[in-house]
Amino acid sequence: MKEEMISRILRTLQREKAFYFFTSIGNYTGESAASFKEFMDKINEVNVKSLEFHLYRGDFEKWIAETLEDQELAREIGKLRGKNYSGAILKEHIYNTVVERYSQLSKTF
Amino acid sequence: MKFKNNTVALDSTDLRILNALQENARQTYTAIGKSLGIAHSTVYDRIKRMERHGIIKEYTTVIDAEKAGAKNIIAIMTIFTDPKESDKVAEKLCEAPQILEVYTSLSEELLIIAKVVAENQESLHEFIASSVAPLPGVLRIRTSMITKKFKETRFSIVNNPKELTFIKEKSNK
Repeated sequence: MKEEMISRILRTLQREKAFYFFTSIGNYTGESAASFKEFMDKINEVNVKSLEFHLYRGDFEKWIAETLEDQELAREIGKLRGKNYSGAILKEHIYNTVVERYSQLSKTF
Repeated sequence: MKFKNNTVALDSTDLRILNALQENARQTYTAIGKSLGIAHSTVYDRIKRMERHGIIKEYTTVIDAEKAGAKNIIAIMTIFTDPKESDKVAEKLCEAPQILEVYTSLSEELLIIAKVVAENQESLHEFIASSVAPLPGVLRIRTSMITKKFKETRFSIVNNPKELTFIKEKSNK
């Protein structure tokens, strides 16, 4: 992957492009992530209900693909949806998937 | 109608006229005068004065959206904000056509309470996620969707006449 592309994926976004964590329709937790790194950190901080809410709606995939522009990670996150994980197990799988991709990108970069 | 400390004092005739208008704003001056036992010219003068002073703000139409076939959902958002940014958040919310009412409230924290309308749950969420949560100063949001309406009454002279005896004179600026 080209350095230019990696640096684009790892960039810090404008506030309005950030990912806003909700626990259900209209219920915003107050947590947001405006970069790949921040998104990775927030996975461990937010209520697991929020992770369940967004994963099964496809929100993570959409934001990662369309805003972060990382198609590879979007695909990997999408695969987790079919596994029907929940609670701490789900958190762990999402976190591991994102961390793995982050170290891959950081190494290349 | 008398002025006192930058307020307009309404007498019982004014209040009775307002009450009559709130019951039916389309009735004629003559009909109001007849029902209140006063001359239609008095009704006309009082109404014109109250319009000039901004006590009567507008004459509008109340539509039953359900009967009109609208299937929208209504929700109440409670927005917890940074006190320094609260007014700006409230003003920004007022600009959105989806927002029907906006209030601020000071309880333990500074809150903004807003009534919002949306086509469905998804568009409600999309609006809050893309237009409300990103506003600087928004700390968190709680949203309750209204499932059934038991009562809706517009604020009326009849509800609390004492509170409305003195109304801030806005047009006297």
